[in-house]
Amino acid sequence: MNILVCLKQTFDTEERIAIEDGQISEEGVEFVVNPYDEYAVEEAIRLRDEHGGEVTVITIGPERAEQAIRTAMAMGADKGIIVDDEDLEAPDENSIAKILASVINDLEYDIILGGYMAVDDGSAQVGPRLAELLDIPHIATITKLTVDGDTVEVEKDVEGDIEYIQSKLPLLVTAQQGLNEPRYPSLPGIMKAKKKPLERMDIEDLDIDEDELEGRTETLETYLPPAKEAGKILEGDLDVQAKELVQLLRSEAKVI
Amino acid sequence: MSKNVLVLADVRDGELRNVTLECLAAGTTAAEGGTITVAVFGSNGKDLVEKLAHFGADQVLLVTNSELDQYSTDAFFQAFKAVIDKVNPDVILTGHTAVGRDVSPRIAARLDIGMVSDCTAVALTEGRLTFTRPIYAGKAFVKKAFKEGAVLATLRPNNIPALEKDTGLSATVEELTVELPADSIRTLVKELVRKASEGVDLSEARIIVSGGRGVKSSEGFKPLQELADVLGAAVGASRGACDADYCDYALQIGQTGKVVTPDLYIACGISGAIQHLAGMSNSKVIVAINKDPEASIFSVADYGIVGDLFEVVPMLTEEFKKLLAES
Repeated sequence: MNILVCLKQTFDTEERIAIEDGQISEEGVEFVVNPYDEYAVEEAIRLRDEHGGEVTVITIGPERAEQAIRTAMAMGADKGIIVDDEDLEAPDENSIAKILASVINDLEYDIILGGYMAVDDGSAQVGPRLAELLDIPHIATITKLTVDGDTVEVEKDVEGDIEYIQSKLPLLVTAQQGLNEPRYPSLPGIMKAKKKPLERMDIEDLDIDEDELEGRTETLETYLPPAKEAGKILEGDLDVQAKELVQLLRSEAKVI
Repeated sequence: MSKNVLVLADVRDGELRNVTLECLAAGTTAAEGGTITVAVFGSNGKDLVEKLAHFGADQVLLVTNSELDQYSTDAFFQAFKAVIDKVNPDVILTGHTAVGRDVSPRIAARLDIGMVSDCTAVALTEGRLTFTRPIYAGKAFVKKAFKEGAVLATLRPNNIPALEKDTGLSATVEELTVELPADSIRTLVKELVRKASEGVDLSEARIIVSGGRGVKSSEGFKPLQELADVLGAAVGASRGACDADYCDYALQIGQTGKVVTPDLYIACGISGAIQHLAGMSNSKVIVAINKDPEASIFSVADYGIVGDLFEVVPMLTEEFKKLLAES
Protein backbone atom coordinates (compact mmCIF):
# COMPACT_ATOMS: atom_id res chain seq x y z
CA MET A 1 0.00 0.00 0.00
CA ASN A 2 1.33 3.41 -0.91
CA ILE A 3 0.48 5.81 1.87
CA LEU A 4 1.10 9.54 1.68
CA VAL A 5 0.96 11.93 4.60
CA CYS A 6 0.87 15.70 4.17
CA LEU A 7 2.20 17.48 7.20
CA LYS A 8 3.09 20.95 8.35
CA GLN A 9 5.57 22.15 10.88
CA THR A 10 3.89 24.55 13.30
CA PHE A 11 4.59 26.47 16.48
CA ASP A 12 4.31 24.39 19.62
CA THR A 13 0.85 25.05 21.06
CA GLU A 14 2.38 26.32 24.30
CA GLU A 15 4.12 29.16 22.42
CA ARG A 16 2.99 32.73 22.89
CA ILE A 17 2.65 34.88 19.80
CA ALA A 18 4.61 38.08 19.24
CA ILE A 19 4.42 40.41 16.25
CA GLU A 20 7.43 42.10 14.71
CA ASP A 21 7.24 44.38 11.67
CA GLY A 22 3.66 43.34 11.15
CA GLN A 23 4.53 39.64 11.02
CA ILE A 24 4.37 36.80 13.50
CA SER A 25 7.84 36.52 15.02
CA GLU A 26 9.53 33.13 14.89
CA GLU A 27 12.32 34.13 17.22
CA GLY A 28 13.05 31.55 19.88
CA VAL A 29 9.98 29.57 18.91
CA GLU A 30 9.89 25.82 19.33
CA PHE A 31 8.48 24.02 16.29
CA VAL A 32 6.60 20.75 16.28
CA VAL A 33 4.73 18.57 13.82
CA ASN A 34 1.22 20.04 13.65
CA PRO A 35 -0.58 17.93 16.32
CA TYR A 36 -3.39 16.94 13.91
CA ASP A 37 -0.80 15.81 11.35
CA GLU A 38 0.83 13.71 14.04
CA TYR A 39 -2.37 11.63 14.22
CA ALA A 40 -2.14 11.23 10.45
CA VAL A 41 1.48 10.02 10.66
CA GLU A 42 0.61 7.55 13.40
CA GLU A 43 -2.38 6.20 11.45
CA ALA A 44 -0.27 5.89 8.30
CA ILE A 45 2.36 3.84 10.13
CA ARG A 46 -0.33 1.55 11.56
CA LEU A 47 -1.84 1.08 8.10
CA ARG A 48 1.55 0.16 6.65
CA ASP A 49 2.31 -2.24 9.48
CA GLU A 50 -1.01 -3.97 8.84
CA HIS A 51 -1.11 -3.94 5.04
CA GLY A 52 2.53 -3.54 4.03
CA GLY A 53 3.85 -0.85 1.72
CA GLU A 54 5.45 2.49 2.36
CA VAL A 55 4.71 5.75 4.13
CA THR A 56 5.92 8.92 2.41
CA VAL A 57 5.61 12.22 4.27
CA ILE A 58 5.40 15.45 2.29
CA THR A 59 5.81 18.96 3.58
CA ILE A 60 6.16 22.46 2.22
CA GLY A 61 8.34 24.78 4.23
CA PRO A 62 11.70 26.37 4.90
CA GLU A 63 14.93 24.63 5.89
CA ARG A 64 13.73 23.99 9.45
CA ALA A 65 10.77 21.90 8.18
CA GLU A 66 13.19 19.00 7.71
CA GLN A 67 12.98 18.50 11.46
CA ALA A 68 9.26 17.72 11.17
CA ILE A 69 9.94 15.18 8.43
CA ARG A 70 12.69 13.56 10.53
CA THR A 71 10.31 13.35 13.48
CA ALA A 72 7.75 11.54 11.31
CA MET A 73 10.55 9.25 10.08
CA ALA A 74 11.62 8.58 13.66
CA MET A 75 8.04 7.54 14.39
CA GLY A 76 8.30 5.12 11.46
CA ALA A 77 7.63 6.87 8.15
CA ASP A 78 9.83 5.55 5.33
CA LYS A 79 10.52 8.48 3.02
CA GLY A 80 10.17 12.22 2.89
CA ILE A 81 9.70 15.04 0.43
CA ILE A 82 10.24 18.73 1.22
CA VAL A 83 9.20 21.44 -1.18
CA ASP A 84 11.16 24.57 -0.37
CA ASP A 85 8.80 27.52 -0.04
CA GLU A 86 11.38 30.33 0.15
CA ASP A 87 10.60 31.46 -3.41
CA LEU A 88 6.91 31.52 -2.74
CA GLU A 89 5.48 34.96 -2.19
CA ALA A 90 2.60 35.21 0.27
CA PRO A 91 1.14 31.77 -0.44
CA ASP A 92 -2.38 30.91 0.67
CA GLU A 93 -4.37 27.68 0.72
CA ASN A 94 -4.69 27.78 -3.07
CA SER A 95 -0.90 27.79 -3.41
CA ILE A 96 -0.30 25.01 -0.90
CA ALA A 97 -2.98 22.68 -2.26
CA LYS A 98 -1.70 23.12 -5.82
CA ILE A 99 1.91 22.44 -4.87
CA LEU A 100 0.88 19.29 -3.02
CA ALA A 101 -1.28 18.19 -5.95
CA SER A 102 1.60 18.77 -8.33
CA VAL A 103 3.97 16.66 -6.21
CA ILE A 104 1.41 13.93 -5.61
CA ASN A 105 0.39 13.67 -9.27
CA ASP A 106 3.80 12.14 -9.91
CA LEU A 107 3.48 9.60 -7.10
CA GLU A 108 1.65 6.31 -6.76
CA TYR A 109 -0.80 6.35 -3.88
CA ASP A 110 -3.71 4.44 -2.38
CA ILE A 111 -4.51 6.74 0.48
CA ILE A 112 -3.53 10.25 1.55
CA LEU A 113 -3.69 11.37 5.16
CA GLY A 114 -3.30 14.72 6.85
CA GLY A 115 -4.52 16.61 9.88
CA TYR A 116 -7.93 18.20 9.47
CA MET A 117 -6.36 21.58 10.18
CA ALA A 118 -3.09 23.13 11.24
CA VAL A 119 -2.98 24.74 14.66
CA ASP A 120 -1.47 27.93 13.20
CA ASP A 121 -3.66 29.04 10.28
CA GLY A 122 -6.49 26.72 11.26
CA SER A 123 -8.28 27.17 7.97
CA ALA A 124 -9.01 23.45 7.38
CA GLN A 125 -8.89 23.99 3.61
CA VAL A 126 -5.86 22.22 2.22
CA GLY A 127 -7.09 18.61 2.64
CA PRO A 128 -10.43 19.03 0.81
CA ARG A 129 -8.85 21.36 -1.79
CA LEU A 130 -6.16 18.78 -2.51
CA ALA A 131 -8.71 15.99 -2.87
CA GLU A 132 -10.66 18.09 -5.36
CA LEU A 133 -7.53 18.86 -7.38
CA LEU A 134 -6.66 15.15 -7.46
CA ASP A 135 -10.29 14.27 -8.25
CA ILE A 136 -10.59 11.80 -5.39
CA PRO A 137 -13.12 11.75 -2.53
CA HIS A 138 -12.20 12.93 0.94
CA ILE A 139 -13.52 12.35 4.42
CA ALA A 140 -12.61 14.95 7.02
CA THR A 141 -12.24 14.78 10.82
CA ILE A 142 -12.02 11.01 11.07
CA THR A 143 -11.68 9.25 14.42
CA LYS A 144 -11.42 5.67 13.13
CA LEU A 145 -10.11 4.14 9.93
CA THR A 146 -10.26 0.56 8.66
CA VAL A 147 -9.05 -0.55 5.24
CA ASP A 148 -10.00 -3.92 3.77
CA GLY A 149 -8.97 -4.46 0.14
CA ASP A 150 -10.06 -1.27 -1.53
CA THR A 151 -12.96 -0.73 0.87
CA VAL A 152 -12.54 1.89 3.56
CA GLU A 153 -14.69 2.20 6.68
CA VAL A 154 -14.43 5.43 8.59
CA GLU A 155 -15.88 7.02 11.67
CA LYS A 156 -16.18 10.74 11.18
CA ASP A 157 -16.64 13.29 13.94
CA VAL A 158 -19.42 15.69 13.04
CA GLU A 159 -19.38 18.31 15.77
CA GLY A 160 -19.61 15.61 18.41
CA ASP A 161 -21.86 13.20 16.50
CA ILE A 162 -20.42 10.20 14.66
CA GLU A 163 -21.04 9.25 11.05
CA TYR A 164 -20.14 5.77 9.87
CA ILE A 165 -18.98 6.16 6.30
CA GLN A 166 -17.93 3.71 3.64
CA SER A 167 -15.77 4.60 0.69
CA LYS A 168 -13.19 3.19 -1.67
CA LEU A 169 -9.52 3.78 -2.34
CA PRO A 170 -8.00 6.04 -3.50
CA LEU A 171 -9.17 8.37 -0.78
CA LEU A 172 -7.97 11.36 1.22
CA VAL A 173 -8.79 11.47 4.93
CA THR A 174 -8.07 14.15 7.51
CA ALA A 175 -7.46 13.30 11.14
CA GLN A 176 -9.43 14.54 14.10
CA GLN A 177 -8.28 14.24 17.68
CA GLY A 178 -9.14 10.81 19.07
CA LEU A 179 -8.06 8.93 15.93
CA ASN A 180 -5.16 7.36 17.79
CA GLU A 181 -2.45 7.99 20.35
CA PRO A 182 0.67 9.06 18.41
CA ARG A 183 3.79 7.18 19.51
CA TYR A 184 6.90 8.89 20.78
CA PRO A 185 9.90 8.35 18.52
CA SER A 186 12.22 5.72 20.02
CA LEU A 187 15.96 6.28 20.22
CA PRO A 188 16.70 3.65 17.53
CA GLY A 189 13.91 5.25 15.52
CA ILE A 190 15.61 8.64 15.77
CA MET A 191 18.94 7.12 14.69
CA LYS A 192 17.35 5.37 11.72
CA ALA A 193 15.46 8.50 10.69
CA LYS A 194 18.71 10.32 9.96
CA LYS A 195 19.46 7.90 7.14
CA LYS A 196 16.04 7.64 5.56
CA PRO A 197 15.68 9.09 2.05
CA LEU A 198 14.61 12.72 1.85
CA GLU A 199 13.95 14.41 -1.45
CA ARG A 200 14.23 18.18 -1.67
CA MET A 201 12.35 20.06 -4.33
CA ASP A 202 12.05 23.66 -5.39
CA ILE A 203 8.99 25.32 -6.84
CA GLU A 204 10.78 25.38 -10.24
CA ASP A 205 10.99 21.58 -10.16
CA LEU A 206 7.22 21.35 -10.29
CA ASP A 207 5.26 21.09 -13.49
CA ILE A 208 3.10 24.08 -12.69
CA ASP A 209 2.79 27.66 -13.80
CA GLU A 210 3.88 30.09 -11.08
CA ASP A 211 0.79 32.27 -11.63
CA GLU A 212 -1.28 29.26 -10.61
CA LEU A 213 0.44 29.26 -7.24
CA GLU A 214 -0.24 32.87 -6.43
CA GLY A 215 -2.34 33.44 -3.33
CA ARG A 216 -5.92 34.23 -4.26
CA THR A 217 -6.26 36.11 -0.99
CA GLU A 218 -3.96 38.55 0.76
CA THR A 219 -3.34 39.43 4.37
CA LEU A 220 -3.81 43.13 5.00
CA GLU A 221 -2.99 43.14 8.67
CA THR A 222 -1.80 40.83 11.45
CA TYR A 223 -2.43 41.88 15.04
CA LEU A 224 -2.76 40.65 18.59
CA PRO A 225 -6.09 40.73 20.39
CA PRO A 226 -6.34 43.53 22.96
CA ALA A 227 -4.81 42.46 26.25
CA LYS A 228 -7.38 41.60 28.84
CA GLU A 229 -7.63 43.89 31.82
CA ALA A 230 -7.26 42.28 35.20
CA GLY A 231 -10.58 40.93 36.38
CA LYS A 232 -12.26 41.07 39.75
CA ILE A 233 -11.31 38.42 42.28
CA LEU A 234 -14.19 38.11 44.70
CA GLU A 235 -13.69 37.90 48.44
CA GLY A 236 -15.51 36.73 51.53
CA ASP A 237 -17.26 33.48 52.38
CA LEU A 238 -17.80 31.24 49.37
CA ASP A 239 -21.59 31.37 49.56
CA VAL A 240 -21.47 35.17 49.64
CA GLN A 241 -19.10 35.14 46.66
CA ALA A 242 -21.42 32.83 44.75
CA LYS A 243 -24.33 35.23 45.37
CA GLU A 244 -22.27 38.24 44.37
CA LEU A 245 -21.01 36.56 41.20
CA VAL A 246 -24.51 35.69 40.04
CA GLN A 247 -25.61 39.30 40.65
CA LEU A 248 -22.57 40.69 38.80
CA LEU A 249 -23.21 38.45 35.82
CA ARG A 250 -26.73 39.76 35.65
CA SER A 251 -26.36 43.46 36.40
CA GLU A 252 -22.77 44.31 35.43
CA ALA A 253 -21.79 41.81 32.72
CA LYS A 254 -25.41 41.37 31.57
CA VAL A 255 -24.87 37.85 30.27
CA ILE A 256 -27.59 36.09 32.31
CA MET B 1 -21.13 48.67 -6.36
CA SER B 2 -23.87 46.25 -5.49
CA LYS B 3 -23.00 42.58 -5.34
CA ASN B 4 -24.75 39.32 -5.85
CA VAL B 5 -24.50 37.33 -2.62
CA LEU B 6 -25.13 33.62 -2.15
CA VAL B 7 -25.54 32.04 1.29
CA LEU B 8 -25.59 28.28 1.71
CA ALA B 9 -28.00 27.52 4.56
CA ASP B 10 -26.88 25.16 7.28
CA VAL B 11 -29.78 22.96 8.32
CA ARG B 12 -29.60 20.59 11.22
CA ASP B 13 -32.50 18.30 12.20
CA GLY B 14 -34.79 20.31 9.97
CA GLU B 15 -33.92 23.59 11.71
CA LEU B 16 -31.89 26.48 10.41
CA ARG B 17 -28.72 26.95 12.39
CA ASN B 18 -28.16 30.46 13.71
CA VAL B 19 -24.98 30.80 11.70
CA THR B 20 -27.13 31.01 8.56
CA LEU B 21 -28.84 34.11 9.93
CA GLU B 22 -25.39 35.48 10.79
CA CYS B 23 -24.33 34.85 7.19
CA LEU B 24 -27.37 36.84 6.06
CA ALA B 25 -26.23 39.77 8.21
CA ALA B 26 -22.71 39.57 6.75
CA GLY B 27 -24.25 39.12 3.33
CA THR B 28 -26.19 42.35 3.76
CA THR B 29 -22.90 44.17 4.45
CA ALA B 30 -21.31 42.55 1.41
CA ALA B 31 -24.24 43.02 -0.96
CA GLU B 32 -24.31 46.84 -0.82
CA GLY B 33 -27.88 46.74 -1.99
CA GLY B 34 -27.48 43.71 -4.28
CA THR B 35 -29.53 40.55 -4.14
CA ILE B 36 -29.04 37.99 -1.39
CA THR B 37 -29.93 34.45 -2.41
CA VAL B 38 -30.03 31.60 0.09
CA ALA B 39 -29.67 28.04 -1.12
CA VAL B 40 -31.39 25.44 1.03
CA PHE B 41 -30.69 21.75 0.46
CA GLY B 42 -33.00 18.93 1.46
CA SER B 43 -36.65 17.96 1.18
CA ASN B 44 -38.05 20.25 3.91
CA GLY B 45 -36.43 23.46 2.65
CA LYS B 46 -39.68 25.28 1.98
CA ASP B 47 -40.50 25.32 5.72
CA LEU B 48 -37.52 27.60 6.22
CA VAL B 49 -38.27 30.22 3.58
CA GLU B 50 -40.26 32.54 5.81
CA LYS B 51 -37.61 32.72 8.49
CA LEU B 52 -34.88 33.32 5.92
CA ALA B 53 -36.89 36.18 4.44
CA HIS B 54 -37.43 37.75 7.86
CA PHE B 55 -33.68 37.81 8.41
CA GLY B 56 -32.70 39.33 5.07
CA ALA B 57 -32.95 36.81 2.21
CA ASP B 58 -34.31 38.26 -1.05
CA GLN B 59 -34.47 34.98 -2.87
CA VAL B 60 -34.53 31.36 -1.71
CA LEU B 61 -33.36 28.60 -3.95
CA LEU B 62 -34.55 25.15 -2.93
CA VAL B 63 -32.73 22.02 -3.99
CA THR B 64 -35.07 19.36 -2.68
CA ASN B 65 -33.36 16.08 -3.59
CA SER B 66 -33.79 13.65 -0.70
CA GLU B 67 -30.11 12.69 -1.15
CA LEU B 68 -29.41 16.07 0.45
CA ASP B 69 -31.30 15.33 3.67
CA GLN B 70 -28.14 13.71 4.98
CA TYR B 71 -24.85 15.48 4.32
CA SER B 72 -22.39 13.88 1.98
CA THR B 73 -19.51 15.82 0.46
CA ASP B 74 -20.12 14.80 -3.15
CA ALA B 75 -23.90 15.38 -3.11
CA PHE B 76 -23.56 18.77 -1.44
CA PHE B 77 -20.67 19.70 -3.72
CA GLN B 78 -22.71 19.00 -6.86
CA ALA B 79 -25.75 20.86 -5.56
CA PHE B 80 -23.61 23.79 -4.38
CA LYS B 81 -21.83 23.94 -7.73
CA ALA B 82 -25.17 23.88 -9.60
CA VAL B 83 -26.48 26.73 -7.45
CA ILE B 84 -23.32 28.76 -8.03
CA ASP B 85 -23.56 28.19 -11.79
CA LYS B 86 -27.15 29.46 -11.70
CA VAL B 87 -26.73 32.44 -9.36
CA ASN B 88 -23.26 33.47 -10.54
CA PRO B 89 -22.52 35.15 -7.19
CA ASP B 90 -19.81 37.69 -6.43
CA VAL B 91 -19.77 36.66 -2.78
CA ILE B 92 -20.44 33.21 -1.30
CA LEU B 93 -20.92 32.79 2.45
CA THR B 94 -21.66 29.84 4.68
CA GLY B 95 -21.02 28.69 8.24
CA HIS B 96 -17.68 27.35 9.40
CA THR B 97 -19.46 24.20 10.50
CA ALA B 98 -19.07 20.49 9.73
CA VAL B 99 -20.86 21.14 6.44
CA GLY B 100 -19.46 24.53 5.42
CA ARG B 101 -15.83 23.78 6.12
CA ASP B 102 -16.06 20.39 4.40
CA VAL B 103 -17.64 21.34 1.10
CA SER B 104 -16.42 24.93 0.62
CA PRO B 105 -12.70 24.23 0.11
CA ARG B 106 -13.59 21.79 -2.68
CA ILE B 107 -15.72 24.48 -4.30
CA ALA B 108 -12.82 26.93 -3.96
CA ALA B 109 -10.46 24.46 -5.61
CA ARG B 110 -12.89 23.69 -8.44
CA LEU B 111 -13.58 27.36 -9.16
CA ASP B 112 -9.90 28.21 -8.67
CA ILE B 113 -10.74 30.98 -6.22
CA GLY B 114 -9.60 32.09 -2.80
CA MET B 115 -11.37 31.26 0.40
CA VAL B 116 -11.16 32.70 3.88
CA SER B 117 -12.20 30.29 6.62
CA ASP B 118 -13.62 30.77 10.05
CA CYS B 119 -14.23 34.53 9.92
CA THR B 120 -15.30 36.45 12.98
CA ALA B 121 -16.04 39.76 11.25
CA VAL B 122 -16.89 41.00 7.77
CA ALA B 123 -16.57 44.67 6.89
CA LEU B 124 -16.54 47.02 3.97
CA THR B 125 -13.36 49.09 4.21
CA GLU B 126 -12.94 51.77 1.57
CA GLY B 127 -15.06 49.81 -0.83
CA ARG B 128 -13.15 46.59 -0.22
CA LEU B 129 -14.67 43.59 1.50
CA THR B 130 -12.43 42.50 4.39
CA PHE B 131 -12.57 39.42 6.55
CA THR B 132 -11.19 39.11 10.05
CA ARG B 133 -10.19 35.70 11.30
CA PRO B 134 -8.26 34.29 14.23
CA ILE B 135 -4.97 32.52 13.69
CA TYR B 136 -3.14 30.39 16.25
CA ALA B 137 -6.60 29.67 17.68
CA GLY B 138 -7.11 33.32 18.58
CA LYS B 139 -3.65 34.17 19.90
CA ALA B 140 -3.55 36.59 16.94
CA PHE B 141 -5.86 37.85 14.22
CA VAL B 142 -5.51 38.63 10.53
CA LYS B 143 -7.54 40.84 8.27
CA LYS B 144 -7.80 39.38 4.79
CA ALA B 145 -9.13 40.42 1.41
CA PHE B 146 -9.51 38.80 -2.00
CA LYS B 147 -7.33 39.71 -4.95
CA GLU B 148 -9.72 38.77 -7.75
CA GLY B 149 -12.46 36.34 -8.59
CA ALA B 150 -15.46 35.41 -6.51
CA VAL B 151 -15.27 35.80 -2.75
CA LEU B 152 -15.83 32.69 -0.64
CA ALA B 153 -15.81 32.71 3.15
CA THR B 154 -16.99 30.55 6.02
CA LEU B 155 -18.14 32.36 9.14
CA ARG B 156 -17.55 31.20 12.67
CA PRO B 157 -20.85 30.71 14.51
CA ASN B 158 -21.73 33.20 17.24
CA ASN B 159 -19.61 36.14 16.13
CA ILE B 160 -21.54 38.27 13.67
CA PRO B 161 -24.90 39.35 15.09
CA ALA B 162 -27.94 38.43 13.01
CA LEU B 163 -30.15 41.27 11.78
CA GLU B 164 -33.30 42.21 13.68
CA LYS B 165 -36.13 39.98 12.57
CA ASP B 166 -38.49 41.85 10.24
CA THR B 167 -41.74 39.95 9.69
CA GLY B 168 -42.71 42.41 6.97
CA LEU B 169 -40.09 40.99 4.61
CA SER B 170 -40.66 38.25 2.08
CA ALA B 171 -38.54 36.38 -0.43
CA THR B 172 -39.11 34.89 -3.85
CA VAL B 173 -38.79 31.12 -3.99
CA GLU B 174 -37.49 28.99 -6.76
CA GLU B 175 -36.76 25.29 -7.04
CA LEU B 176 -33.68 23.98 -8.72
CA THR B 177 -33.44 20.43 -9.93
CA VAL B 178 -30.04 18.85 -9.60
CA GLU B 179 -29.21 15.40 -10.88
CA LEU B 180 -27.29 13.38 -8.33
CA PRO B 181 -26.49 9.99 -9.86
CA ALA B 182 -25.81 7.35 -7.20
CA ASP B 183 -22.34 6.59 -8.54
CA SER B 184 -21.32 10.25 -8.22
CA ILE B 185 -21.52 9.99 -4.44
CA ARG B 186 -18.28 8.36 -3.49
CA THR B 187 -18.61 8.39 0.29
CA LEU B 188 -21.62 6.58 1.66
CA VAL B 189 -22.96 7.51 5.09
CA LYS B 190 -24.26 4.26 6.55
CA GLU B 191 -25.27 5.50 9.95
CA LEU B 192 -25.31 8.64 12.04
CA VAL B 193 -25.04 8.26 15.78
CA ARG B 194 -26.10 11.30 17.77
CA LYS B 195 -23.84 11.89 20.68
CA ALA B 196 -23.86 15.66 20.79
CA SER B 197 -27.65 15.87 21.03
CA GLU B 198 -27.38 14.99 24.70
CA GLY B 199 -26.31 18.54 25.33
CA VAL B 200 -26.03 21.97 23.80
CA ASP B 201 -23.64 22.28 20.83
CA LEU B 202 -20.32 23.74 22.02
CA SER B 203 -19.57 25.89 18.99
CA GLU B 204 -22.93 27.66 19.13
CA ALA B 205 -23.46 27.70 22.90
CA ARG B 206 -24.12 31.07 24.49
CA ILE B 207 -22.84 29.80 27.81
CA ILE B 208 -20.20 27.14 28.44
CA VAL B 209 -19.34 25.47 31.73
CA SER B 210 -15.93 23.90 31.38
CA GLY B 211 -13.91 21.56 33.57
CA GLY B 212 -10.20 20.85 33.91
CA ARG B 213 -7.98 18.51 35.85
CA GLY B 214 -9.48 19.93 39.03
CA VAL B 215 -12.67 18.03 38.24
CA LYS B 216 -10.68 14.91 39.17
CA SER B 217 -12.90 12.22 37.57
CA SER B 218 -15.70 11.71 35.10
CA GLU B 219 -18.04 11.74 38.11
CA GLY B 220 -16.66 15.18 38.90
CA PHE B 221 -18.31 16.58 35.77
CA LYS B 222 -21.75 16.00 37.33
CA PRO B 223 -21.99 19.28 39.26
CA LEU B 224 -20.80 21.09 36.11
CA GLN B 225 -23.51 19.40 34.08
CA GLU B 226 -26.09 20.40 36.69
CA LEU B 227 -24.98 24.03 36.47
CA ALA B 228 -25.03 23.82 32.67
CA ASP B 229 -28.56 22.40 32.72
CA VAL B 230 -29.82 25.31 34.81
CA LEU B 231 -28.19 27.82 32.44
CA GLY B 232 -29.02 26.01 29.20
CA ALA B 233 -25.26 25.82 28.71
CA ALA B 234 -22.91 23.40 26.99
CA VAL B 235 -20.23 21.50 28.91
CA GLY B 236 -16.63 21.71 27.74
CA ALA B 237 -13.26 20.57 29.03
CA SER B 238 -9.55 21.31 28.97
CA ARG B 239 -6.99 19.02 27.39
CA GLY B 240 -5.92 17.99 30.89
CA ALA B 241 -9.38 16.63 31.63
CA CYS B 242 -9.60 14.88 28.25
CA ASP B 243 -6.12 13.36 28.47
CA ALA B 244 -6.97 12.07 31.95
CA ASP B 245 -10.05 10.40 30.41
CA TYR B 246 -12.55 12.31 32.55
CA CYS B 247 -14.52 13.10 29.39
CA ASP B 248 -14.67 12.65 25.64
CA TYR B 249 -12.26 14.48 23.32
CA ALA B 250 -15.30 15.98 21.61
CA LEU B 251 -15.53 18.33 24.59
CA GLN B 252 -11.97 19.62 24.36
CA ILE B 253 -11.53 23.37 24.09
CA GLY B 254 -8.16 24.78 23.11
CA GLN B 255 -5.71 25.16 20.26
CA THR B 256 -6.17 21.46 19.69
CA GLY B 257 -9.88 20.92 20.09
CA LYS B 258 -12.56 23.55 19.70
CA VAL B 259 -12.19 27.29 19.77
CA VAL B 260 -15.19 28.89 21.40
CA THR B 261 -16.46 32.43 21.91
CA PRO B 262 -19.57 32.23 24.08
CA ASP B 263 -21.08 35.17 25.97
CA LEU B 264 -20.15 33.48 29.22
CA TYR B 265 -17.41 30.94 29.89
CA ILE B 266 -17.23 29.41 33.35
CA ALA B 267 -13.87 27.66 33.86
CA CYS B 268 -13.92 25.21 36.76
CA GLY B 269 -10.69 23.68 38.01
CA ILE B 270 -8.83 24.75 34.87
CA SER B 271 -5.30 26.03 35.44
CA GLY B 272 -5.13 27.92 32.14
CA ALA B 273 -2.40 26.41 29.94
CA ILE B 274 -1.63 28.66 26.96
CA GLN B 275 -3.13 26.22 24.53
CA HIS B 276 -6.41 26.23 26.48
CA LEU B 277 -6.48 30.01 26.79
CA ALA B 278 -6.13 30.23 23.01
CA GLY B 279 -9.37 28.30 22.67
CA MET B 280 -11.53 30.39 24.99
CA SER B 281 -9.99 33.74 25.90
CA ASN B 282 -12.04 35.59 23.27
CA SER B 283 -15.22 34.68 25.14
CA LYS B 284 -17.14 37.82 26.10
CA VAL B 285 -17.18 37.21 29.85
CA ILE B 286 -14.98 34.69 31.64
CA VAL B 287 -15.48 33.34 35.15
CA ALA B 288 -12.70 31.31 36.75
CA ILE B 289 -13.11 29.04 39.73
CA ASN B 290 -9.87 27.54 40.99
CA LYS B 291 -8.33 26.55 44.31
CA ASP B 292 -4.97 27.98 43.27
CA PRO B 293 -4.96 31.80 43.38
CA GLU B 294 -1.85 31.77 41.15
CA ALA B 295 -3.55 29.80 38.35
CA SER B 296 -3.06 31.60 35.05
CA ILE B 297 -6.75 31.24 34.17
CA PHE B 298 -7.30 34.22 36.50
CA SER B 299 -5.24 36.40 34.15
CA VAL B 300 -7.97 36.21 31.50
CA ALA B 301 -10.94 36.04 33.87
CA ASP B 302 -13.37 38.92 34.34
CA TYR B 303 -14.51 37.42 37.62
CA GLY B 304 -12.65 34.97 39.78
CA ILE B 305 -13.50 32.87 42.80
CA VAL B 306 -10.62 31.25 44.62
CA GLY B 307 -12.06 28.08 46.06
CA ASP B 308 -12.89 24.43 45.63
CA LEU B 309 -15.09 23.95 42.59
CA PHE B 310 -16.98 21.14 44.34
CA GLU B 311 -18.12 23.70 46.93
CA VAL B 312 -18.54 26.70 44.64
CA VAL B 313 -20.26 25.16 41.61
CA PRO B 314 -23.28 23.73 43.51
CA MET B 315 -23.69 27.09 45.27
CA LEU B 316 -23.71 28.84 41.90
CA THR B 317 -26.25 26.36 40.59
CA GLU B 318 -28.55 27.20 43.50
CA GLU B 319 -28.06 30.95 43.10
CA PHE B 320 -28.74 30.82 39.34
CA LYS B 321 -31.85 28.71 39.98
CA LYS B 322 -33.14 31.38 42.36
CA LEU B 323 -32.29 34.22 39.98
CA LEU B 324 -33.85 32.57 36.96
CA ALA B 325 -36.97 31.65 38.96
CA GLU B 326 -37.43 35.34 39.80
CA SER B 327 -37.17 36.59 36.26
